[in-house]
Amino acid sequence: MCLGIPGKVLSIKDEMAEVDFGGVKRTVSLLLCPEVKVGDYVLVHVGFAITKLEEEEAKETLKLLEEYLGREELD
Amino acid sequence: MEERNLIEAIKALHDGPIRLMEVCGTHTVSISRAGIRGVLPKGIELLSGPGCPVCVTPQEEIKQAMDLAREKETVLLTFGDLMRVPTRYGSFETLKAEGSDIRVIFSPFDAIRIAEENPGKRVVFFSVGFETTAPAVAATIVEAKKWGLKNLFFLSAHKLIPPALRTLLEGRRVLIDGFILPGHVSVIIGRKPYEFIPRDFGIPCVITGFEPQDILEGILMLLKQKREKRAEVQIQYKRAVRPEGNPRARALMEEVFEERDSRWRGLGLIPLSGLGLRENFKEMDAQRVFDLKDPEPIPDPPNCKCAEILQGLLKPPECPLFGKTCTPQHPVGPCMVSSEGSCSAYYRYGDFHAG
Amino acid sequence: MQDKILLTHGAGGRASYDLVRKFFLSFFSNEVLQALDDAAVLSLDGSRLAFTIDAYVVYPLFFPGGDIGKLALCGTVNDLSVMGAKPVGIAVAYILEEGFPREDLERITSSLSQAAKEVGVWVVTGDTKVVPKGTSHGLFLITSGIGLIEEGVFLSGSGAKPKDVVIVSGPIGDHEAAVILARGEFAIEGDLKSDCAPLWDLVRSILKVTKNIHVMRDPTRGGLATSLWEIAQSSKVGIVIEEESIPVRREVLSLCELLGFDPYYLASEGRLIVIAPEEEAERIFFAMREHPLGKEAKIIGKVVEENPGRVLLKTKIGGHRLLEPLMGSQFPRIC
Repeated sequence: MCLGIPGKVLSIKDEMAEVDFGGVKRTVSLLLCPEVKVGDYVLVHVGFAITKLEEEEAKETLKLLEEYLGREELD
Repeated sequence: MEERNLIEAIKALHDGPIRLMEVCGTHTVSISRAGIRGVLPKGIELLSGPGCPVCVTPQEEIKQAMDLAREKETVLLTFGDLMRVPTRYGSFETLKAEGSDIRVIFSPFDAIRIAEENPGKRVVFFSVGFETTAPAVAATIVEAKKWGLKNLFFLSAHKLIPPALRTLLEGRRVLIDGFILPGHVSVIIGRKPYEFIPRDFGIPCVITGFEPQDILEGILMLLKQKREKRAEVQIQYKRAVRPEGNPRARALMEEVFEERDSRWRGLGLIPLSGLGLRENFKEMDAQRVFDLKDPEPIPDPPNCKCAEILQGLLKPPECPLFGKTCTPQHPVGPCMVSSEGSCSAYYRYGDFHAG
Repeated sequence: MQDKILLTHGAGGRASYDLVRKFFLSFFSNEVLQALDDAAVLSLDGSRLAFTIDAYVVYPLFFPGGDIGKLALCGTVNDLSVMGAKPVGIAVAYILEEGFPREDLERITSSLSQAAKEVGVWVVTGDTKVVPKGTSHGLFLITSGIGLIEEGVFLSGSGAKPKDVVIVSGPIGDHEAAVILARGEFAIEGDLKSDCAPLWDLVRSILKVTKNIHVMRDPTRGGLATSLWEIAQSSKVGIVIEEESIPVRREVLSLCELLGFDPYYLASEGRLIVIAPEEEAERIFFAMREHPLGKEAKIIGKVVEENPGRVLLKTKIGGHRLLEPLMGSQFPRIC
């Protein structure tokens, strides 16, 4: 169930990561995924990373999301 | 477009009526939002299962939390999904309007911050959700204990998916030809807990993601299994789900929670299908600290068919109350209120065939 | 109606709609009110005046892209504009909380004044009250406006006709998304700005190319979906819009994903929906595109005879989704 959103880890400090979700950012706990590194893509649920996404596959999700929603950067 | 190809492939492989159950409420919403039912060939029926934590939390458990919220100097925290669930005694939303301090949180970690900011108050987190959410709550409880927080308590109404699936199948009331299994629960538990389904019941399973493409691919994989007379648990959602799940998350769940018998709205009592805090964490267990007894079951409103809908026995439009006395503006049962309840999804997104 | 008012009743969705139609209307029934458009139309000696009032309780008072002052002025100007009325006079009532900082009052009033100057409308009268500390978020504003409807312009929520084209002036939901971020409740950071802007100039430039337009609306509380639903109900027509065509900023979509919100229900405060006959569509579209507030305009759908009162979204995979009005304020979801 539940909303799991892919995001990219920008920085890590003490088991908390700053994650970028397609333009908005939030701190996320890495307590469930301690092996995650900066630059990794993670799947986030209720503010916790629940798994590392395989980069190719993660980009697929983001691409799917963007493709599916059909948006590009509007400026 | 990828989806068009998948739809064509599904049409090609489809040969006769087939009933697939999507267990997870988030799948119900994704399917409805993308309008998937409308593009599938006739004869592929999608049933919604009991994977909506808000829908299956019985009224009496919600009332327990509401009673705590009414007490003085108490802050009740919950997830947004629960705010409008109707019970005979109102909802968290109406309780808030009457003056109780009820707050929606986004992450269980917020509970720690709120407890720290309100040292004079009792902060109770009414925690609901399946295996996707329980590890995050477990991690939070461990942290809270480390920091010695004395005013934070957890009321666990967490439930587990595999026991519910077993009960559904052993009941033999629903004929299911395949399961679209919950992608995010599976991130945590992996493939193994579902293996009894093909093994003991011969039913194909695919652990599926939530984008339309994922769901279509999952359906295709189920059709393939059926066509080839196979039954196994496959993973479509490979980018997120490993066969072994997330061991660290499960270890935290093990450390903090123990399995209990639990009542599910619609399905009744299911052995070892719920989670309660272990003895070690008793000082944070709302049930122990506030001496909460096993609540008296509160019966569902008459004519409410949520029970049958949760089991996949009825489709929302087949409930006599659907769209008439039971609508999102005045919901009778939780299937209509929860954003991912089958009835709500059907009503809001429509099982629509335009034109 | 329930026996207590809930926050939901103010969210601009179905609960608000019912409160007005089933409760308030029973006390004030007259044909002017019954039209229930964004502004009332009063006839006076051969002229038609638009008359509107709005209350602003936004929190926080300051957010990227604006503040409550700018919001109030634009909101009222926009309610007049979508009726095709040139704003002629604005009234402002301040309800201030005891202890409210003068500096903030200056900033907000300056904002409001700036926005009024931009539109070329005067604030001609007002009122001030102070309430005890603890009874508000600092400031509530109420603005009322009067405008003169141009000759030959007949805009109303009940005017949409089958085969009309639906156009939106730019990405939806920016305002509410920016406010959600600014509130800081969910500790999410992002670079979003409210789209708060006065629409009179855009409307005027559209009316210059043609007056043959049926509906204009600004999708505020309740978002695009609710506004279109109200129009479909009022005009007794169906509306079909295409998911692929609806402009939404990437950051707004990401925020929605994160919180489990639906962008079609997020308020904008500087976007225009135009519904006009097919033959006018191109002309209107290009006029909008030439205006700074319409440069991201998109044609998003059309009005149909089928399914009157309903709004259908054609999804990217070719399916259909029914867009109901917002039921109540959206809560962040975990599932």
